[in-house]
Amino acid sequence: MIIDLTKFISVEEPFWRELEEILKKLEERQDLSMNLEQTERFHYLYERAASDLARLGTFASEPETRRYLESLVGRAYGEIHESRQKSKRFNPFTWFLVTFPQTFRRHFRAFALSAAITLVGVVFGGFALALDPDAKAILMPFEYLQGNPEDRVAWEESAESDRLAGNKANFSAFLMTHNIQVAVTTLALGVTWAAGTILVLFSTGVMLGSIIVDYVRAGQTAFLTGWLLPHGSFEISAILIAGQAGLLLGRAMIGTGRRQSLRQRMRSISNDLVVLISGVALMLVWAGFVESFFSQYHQPVIPYWAKISFGTFELAGLILFFWKSGRTPSPTASQAEP
Amino acid sequence: MMNATRLNSLTVRTPEGITFGFLLASPVIRFFAFGIDLACILAIFSAFRVIVLAFSIASLDFGTALQTVLLFALQIGYGMGWEWLFRGQTPGKRLLRLRVIDAEGLQLQFSQIAIRNLLRAVDSLPGLYLVGAVAAWFSPRGQRLGDIAANTVVTRLVPIETPHWDQVLAGKFNSLRDYPHLEARLRQQVRPVELSLALQALLRRDQFDARSRTELFAQLGAHFRALVVFPPEAVSEISDEQYLRNVVDSVLRSRRK
Repeated sequence: MIIDLTKFISVEEPFWRELEEILKKLEERQDLSMNLEQTERFHYLYERAASDLARLGTFASEPETRRYLESLVGRAYGEIHESRQKSKRFNPFTWFLVTFPQTFRRHFRAFALSAAITLVGVVFGGFALALDPDAKAILMPFEYLQGNPEDRVAWEESAESDRLAGNKANFSAFLMTHNIQVAVTTLALGVTWAAGTILVLFSTGVMLGSIIVDYVRAGQTAFLTGWLLPHGSFEISAILIAGQAGLLLGRAMIGTGRRQSLRQRMRSISNDLVVLISGVALMLVWAGFVESFFSQYHQPVIPYWAKISFGTFELAGLILFFWKSGRTPSPTASQAEP
Repeated sequence: MMNATRLNSLTVRTPEGITFGFLLASPVIRFFAFGIDLACILAIFSAFRVIVLAFSIASLDFGTALQTVLLFALQIGYGMGWEWLFRGQTPGKRLLRLRVIDAEGLQLQFSQIAIRNLLRAVDSLPGLYLVGAVAAWFSPRGQRLGDIAANTVVTRLVPIETPHWDQVLAGKFNSLRDYPHLEARLRQQVRPVELSLALQALLRRDQFDARSRTELFAQLGAHFRALVVFPPEAVSEISDEQYLRNVVDSVLRSRRK
C-alpha cells in the first residue's frame, strides 16, 4: 500500500521515464538488439513498473498515473514475454529452397488428404460426364469447353495467326491474379472447419475429371495432355498445396486430439500457413506465364511431344524439389564417409 | 440479437499477477476505418495508373497487365504492408486511433498480420464484409474470422500523456506545512472523492482554458478553505490553484516522517 503518494511518484518517476525511453527505441527499430546488461536493466525496470502498478491499484484517487503505468507495463509485457522466435533477416533463397519444401513435407499428410479429395472429385466428375454427357454445362461451366472437343482441336490446330498476339501479358496477368485469388480462398475457407476447402478441392476435381473424360472419349488425349500438363503441373499442384494449408487451418479450428487451446493451435501453424500460401503464389505466377506464353500454342506451332515433354520435365522437377530440397544430410550418412 | 457477453475491453493478466487492459474497437468504427483504407487504395491506384499509362504507350498489352497486377497487389498487400510497417495500423486505423494487437498482449507477428488479411477472402463474403460483420457481432471480443484465426483483436487507442506530476510534487513551497495540527485536521476532513477531484483538477490544468480554469480553482479553493481555516499569513497571498496544490500535498504526504 502507498502511504506517501508524492514521495512514491518522485522516487519512481525516473525509472518509469527510463523504461519509456527503452520502449520507444524498441518500437521504432524492430531489429534492435540489447546486450545482457541492457536486457537485465530492461527486465528490472519492467518488474519495477509492474510492482508500482500493483501498489498504485490500492490508490483510487490517481487514475491518470495508473493508466500511464498500465500502458507502460502493457508495452513492456509484449516485448518481454514474447517467446516466439523473432523473424531473422529474410533471405529469399533460403526461404524458397529450404523453408518452403520443409514446411510442405512437415504437413505431407494434409497434402495427401487434399490430393485424395481432389481425386474423388476427378472420379466423380469423370463418371458423371460419362453417364450423362448433357451435364457438361454444369460440370464444366466454361464457354470454350461446351463444344465438341474434336471441333476445338481442329480449330486450334488450323490457326494461321497468333490468336493471343498483343494480349499475352494481359492474359498472363489475369491468370496469375485469378488463380492466386482462388488459392487464397481455398486456404481461407479452412476457417469453416475445412468444409469450404473440401468443397473447393472436390469441385476442382469434378471439373478436371469431366474435362479429362470429355477429351479422352473424343480421342484427343495428346491434345489434352499437351494443353494441360505444361501449366497444370504447377497450377493444380499449387491448388492442392493451398488445400493442404486450408485443411491445416481447418484442423486447428476443430482441434481434435490435442490438449491445446484454439489460440495455441493457431499460433503453432500460423507461420506454416503463410509459408505455404506464399510458395503457392510463386508457383501460380510461373503457371500463369506458361499458360499464356506456351500452353495455348498447339501443333503444328509447338508439337505435342515437345509440350508433353516440357510438362513432364516440370512435374518431375517439382516432385524432386518437394522431395529433396532443404533436406539436411542424415548424421549416419556423414559418419559413414571416410 | 446482440451477443450478451460482448466485452468492450481486453484484459491481460501477466504471470506477475498484474492486470492491464485495452479498449476494444466496435465493428462500426472498424468499418469506417476500412472505408478510409478503401479510398486510400483507390487513390494509390489512380496515382500509379499515370505511370502505367506511360507503359501503355509503349505496349498496351504490358500496360494492361501491369494495371491488373498492381490492383491485385494493392488489394492483397495494402493491409499487410501497413500493419507490418506501423505495428498494426493502416492509414484508416491510424486516423481513427485503432490498432491491431495480439490477443494476449504479446508482439504482433508477421504471420498473424498475413493470416488476418488473407482471411478477408472469407470475411468479405458475400459482399460488404457481411460474414466478417456477423462474426464480429457475435464474438465477445468483436473479432472477425480473420482475427480469430490470427489470434488478434482491434483496439481503440486512448491517448495517454505523461501525467503532470510536477503539479503534485510542489511540497517544499507548501505554506500549510507550518501548521501541522491544522494539516492533520485537514487530512481528517477531506474525503477521498474530494481529494480525487482536486488531484484531477491539478493534473489536467492544461486541458482547461484560462477562464474555466480560474473558475474551477476558485470554486474548489472556496470549498477547501471552508473545511479547515488556516491563519491568514499562510493563505492570503497564494492563488486558489496554489492553495489547492498545498491541500493535495498535505493530504497525500505521509504522517509518518
